[in-house]
Amino acid sequence: MTLLEVNDLSMYYEVYGGGLVKAVDKISFTLNEHDSFGIVGESGCGKSSLASVLLRLLPTNAKIISGKILLEGLNILKLPEDKLRKEVRWKKIAIVFQGSMNALNPIIKVGDQIIEAIQVHENVPKTRALQRAKLLLEMVGLDSSVVNRYPFELSGGQRQRAVIAMALALNPKILIADEPTTALDVIVQDQILKLLKRLQHELGMSLIFISHDISAVSEVSNRVAVMYAGKIVEIGSAEQVFLRPKHPYTRALMETVPSIKEAKKELKSIPGSPPSLLDPPTGCRFHPRCPYATAICKQVEPNLVEVEHDHMVACHLVGGESNE
Amino acid sequence: MSEFVVKTENLKKWFPLRQGIFDALRGKPSQYLKAVDGVSFDIRPGEIFCLAGESGCGKTTTGRLMLRLLDPTEGHIFFDGIDITSLEGKELKTFRKKAQIIFQDPYESLSPTMSILDIVTEPLVIHNIGSKNERIEYAIKALEDVALKPAENFLRRYPHELSGGQRQRVAIARAIILKPKFIVADEPVSMLDMSIRAGILKLMLDIRERYKITYLFITHDLAIAKHICDRIAIMYLGKIVEIGSAEQVINSPHHPYTKALVAAIPIPNPLVKVGDVPIRGEVPSPINLPAGCRFHPRCPYAIAICKQVEPNLVEVEHDHMVACHLYQ
Repeated sequence: MTLLEVNDLSMYYEVYGGGLVKAVDKISFTLNEHDSFGIVGESGCGKSSLASVLLRLLPTNAKIISGKILLEGLNILKLPEDKLRKEVRWKKIAIVFQGSMNALNPIIKVGDQIIEAIQVHENVPKTRALQRAKLLLEMVGLDSSVVNRYPFELSGGQRQRAVIAMALALNPKILIADEPTTALDVIVQDQILKLLKRLQHELGMSLIFISHDISAVSEVSNRVAVMYAGKIVEIGSAEQVFLRPKHPYTRALMETVPSIKEAKKELKSIPGSPPSLLDPPTGCRFHPRCPYATAICKQVEPNLVEVEHDHMVACHLVGGESNE
Repeated sequence: MSEFVVKTENLKKWFPLRQGIFDALRGKPSQYLKAVDGVSFDIRPGEIFCLAGESGCGKTTTGRLMLRLLDPTEGHIFFDGIDITSLEGKELKTFRKKAQIIFQDPYESLSPTMSILDIVTEPLVIHNIGSKNERIEYAIKALEDVALKPAENFLRRYPHELSGGQRQRVAIARAIILKPKFIVADEPVSMLDMSIRAGILKLMLDIRERYKITYLFITHDLAIAKHICDRIAIMYLGKIVEIGSAEQVINSPHHPYTKALVAAIPIPNPLVKVGDVPIRGEVPSPINLPAGCRFHPRCPYAIAICKQVEPNLVEVEHDHMVACHLYQ
């Protein structure tokens, strides 16, 4: 069943001097219940901006230009702020921001920080909130005594677990995790990825996992979108996108990822660098770096078209099923 | 010609911790953070030698010791057959001409107020090489060698005008302008996007051929190490636990820590998931090190001896050494 439907969503940042940074540009996707959805892309492709729009947690210079975000049929973009804060944020959709494990207040005990998150949204007495905080910490694999600890007493992996516990405090239907393992070492990364997978199954929630790391996304997500320069260029099941990529960008990206299981190979890079979103290229945004670009790619922006069941690609060279 | 370009012998770096006045008066012994604690290895001519491990394992400190950017507490460093451990003044400067470094973060390692020309020619100025015009010539050559073309267009620009990949190329140009024999590359691609990384790695391999350079490559990313390094040493809490060719260490790891490290790395294939990684917890503090083998509190195979005796590196197959009691 569809839980979240994002339709033709565009969000631009106004910058000093009158320019517009097209960080999220005409993006559409759906998230089903119990889905583990991955968003992968390089820095500056708009993946974190997309996460912020989903919760409408935007800086003042961000402007939503078009589109709808339907959460169980209700358009989040039309909700008044206080209703959004009380009924949607944290209760329905929670987020673990990039680097939030380092944003815990150093002088407040972990338990009190979780209690605060609970009491902001629900009118429960402190003792019950504390009880819930302990359960939450146990759920993420920490000892319940961590409620009495300060963030500096915890290791990076433990802090990341505490932040995840805080995000789950109100039993959200959707958890967004933005680069939750980027600053962690591999062994701890593996523990956090396994934790997220376990929680997603046990709690029956949907997970939106955002990362630049294709290997981490393919470990966690069963559906995947690839973003480039503010747009989704390919979307489908993890197998479709990572094992049978169709978009030239996805294909090139897969060539750049070294795998520890493969024999030594020459790593490939993609010539050029990602474009500025202030003045993105016309037509297909990937065309200046694309080895297969033709005349039409420079002029006309390609739409996402279905190339096989549930697998969509935005590329002029990959047009519908007949080309497959 | 010697069999190695650089060699370390029982290299140690202990950082003293600040002690309170009462502890000092009571005569409590001072505490040390043992960042590097007895590391010996050699790097052979023309090879890319990788030091890998998790954050805090001492890999960066080892790299800095080898360039004498830090002074070792104990042990020796040999470069080209000469003991450089206590070189000073002119001799140290001569050594530094032959050994350079590329830092992790090209957004911080280049001065924002210097032009690319000034950045790239600074080593020439320090070592008093060439006239002004010659320096510009050398800079153009170095920039062309790192594929920043046309080089003339880059000379007058500033770091903020360049992308991350281009900045790292400038850092490499600065490192090669003195035609060094040895370069320490400390996580040179970890700040860069995937699509840019391979280009920088390829450039480093290119330069190795053209300039006959030997590299110490410091990384936490074993997948990259496997694809570009010749030999790999795995560090844990200031010690090398395993050392061998890239294939030996990654394809047939022997030390339980290396095994876990290799097993925990996800691969870009959704059909293959990471299995059980049989170690728990996180790296303990390098101040109060566990007795015996440093890895024993996390090791699923630890036996009595592991808690008491520190294991030495022993050869398990040709050129492949492991420090673990299970193989002694």
